Amino acid sequence: MSEENTIKDGADLSRREFLGTVTAGVAAAGVAAACVPFVSSMNPSSDVLAKATTEIDLSVIAPGEEKTFPWQGKPVFVVHRTPEEIAAMAASKGGKDPEPDAKRVQKPEWLVVIGICTHLGCVPNKTESGWLCPCHGSVYDNSGRIISGPAPRNLDLPPYHFVAENKILIGKA
Amino acid sequence: MNKIIAWVDQRFPLTFFIKHELTDYPTPRNLSYWWGFGFLAGFVLVIQIVTGIFLAMHYKPDSNLAFDSVQHIMREVNYGWLIRYLHSTGASAFFAVIYTHMARTLYYGSYRRPRELLWWTGQGLLLLMMATAFMGYLLPWGQMSYWGATVITNLFKATPVYGDQIVTWLRGGFAVDDPTLTRFFSLHYLFPFLIFAAVAIHLVALHTVRSSNPSGINLADKDNIPFHPYFTIKDLFGLGIFMIVYLLIVFFKPDLFIDAANNIPANPMQTPADIVPEWYFLPFYAILRSVPDLAGGVVAMAISVLIFAAMPYLDRSRVTGGARYRPIYRAMFYIFVIDIFVLGYVGAHPPSLQIRTIGEVSTTIYFLTFLLLPFVSRWEEKFVLARGLPPAVEAMARKEIAEAEGNV
Repeated sequence: MSEENTIKDGADLSRREFLGTVTAGVAAAGVAAACVPFVSSMNPSSDVLAKATTEIDLSVIAPGEEKTFPWQGKPVFVVHRTPEEIAAMAASKGGKDPEPDAKRVQKPEWLVVIGICTHLGCVPNKTESGWLCPCHGSVYDNSGRIISGPAPRNLDLPPYHFVAENKILIGKA
Repeated sequence: MNKIIAWVDQRFPLTFFIKHELTDYPTPRNLSYWWGFGFLAGFVLVIQIVTGIFLAMHYKPDSNLAFDSVQHIMREVNYGWLIRYLHSTGASAFFAVIYTHMARTLYYGSYRRPRELLWWTGQGLLLLMMATAFMGYLLPWGQMSYWGATVITNLFKATPVYGDQIVTWLRGGFAVDDPTLTRFFSLHYLFPFLIFAAVAIHLVALHTVRSSNPSGINLADKDNIPFHPYFTIKDLFGLGIFMIVYLLIVFFKPDLFIDAANNIPANPMQTPADIVPEWYFLPFYAILRSVPDLAGGVVAMAISVLIFAAMPYLDRSRVTGGARYRPIYRAMFYIFVIDIFVLGYVGAHPPSLQIRTIGEVSTTIYFLTFLLLPFVSRWEEKFVLARGLPPAVEAMARKEIAEAEGNV
């Protein structure tokens, strides 16, 4: 404050300071509130959120076959597993992130996993025994469990449920 | 914190700059609220840039997608309606503030020596603003957007010899279409930053010649007070009033400045029945229409905007303080302001015989005001000096007259 503002005798300095602080506080709160709509506008818009669920008809996938479907812009692998594959997966506990196969499927012949490598987000390619990530060589088995390579976790499972015998809805458990 | 500032100050004049240009900047103590509109214009510019950047995140400059993407912003983007209405209302607010800012300059004679460059940089800002607003208006790709852009680009047909080529070049096609939309979007995004830079130049000029003041005399040092806190508070109070009006429109009457026809997607095969420009272009549009000749109308309209730049020379009075001590200039100012409103009314209505006559008369008055000013102002100067003026004002006027005659 410059000299002109020198407080004269009897003036209550603390009162002036209090008013100044309160004013600045209210102004800061107002600016923060004004930022909310702008920050919020960068979140997914309602048409994007409407893509939250995807229905998949499983009857188009033959036994032993894998198909990829988009869900929320991400690939979802759906595998129609053969009895041999189911048996092999049930016998194995996986690799560095052990998890029983039964916990990863709702019906043993249908494996539904998010097709994004848990390492750095590439899409793994299907192999005979599972998947191999082209980016850094992570190997997954036919239950989507990490067997070797840099990926820290098994392939994530999307929330889904059977809406009919041969139909699932991804996005809602 | 102080250490960091000290570190910066050794390498960059941060504290000096803030003190010199803001906190300790000497400001006439008698500035009224009319002097707050420059700050408001700067504030609205920031609103327009910020809301515009966020709109551009969701908008698609493609003739097949543009209209729908604006509807997408209105319906699906979180707070998209708010950001768009802030932006569309902000355009009108910007012009309202700038026109008031200009009216103050005209009333108080703030364009006079030594503030000619300050006035001209402002004139350049007005032109940039008009171009930006015009290009932005095409982006929603509604009927008014489309036909507004068609009509305005067609004005360049008035160019001798190369008219048609220039119009085609401006549009990037034989009619307003996708290429026009994409280039308008690109430039509509660029121009605000040019405006921002031009505002910096405007402020450098302002801080060189300092603010004018309502008394018209050059104030003694003791009559200048630091900008902060006195005028930061005054400007912020004015901002509060402005924001109340602005946000009332944004929240309760957001369609006030949006023509209903612009909610119909652009259709190159059909012109809307009543085509009118945005309110802030109406007076100039009325002048365009009042001249019964394509080239003549365009030239008249261009001059009607550019002629303000000549004010420092058209006004030959050496009595300072603008309209305050000059009864005839004051009368001319008010006639001119009323005339602009009449022109605005004319521009907003279909050209019936009656409207056309009013338009021709008010266009004549518009230009006559400028044409008569050089003669009226000299005569008025003698008149008010003979009649008597406040001593300080008279002394300044006599000094300027003596200087001018000494140079001859």
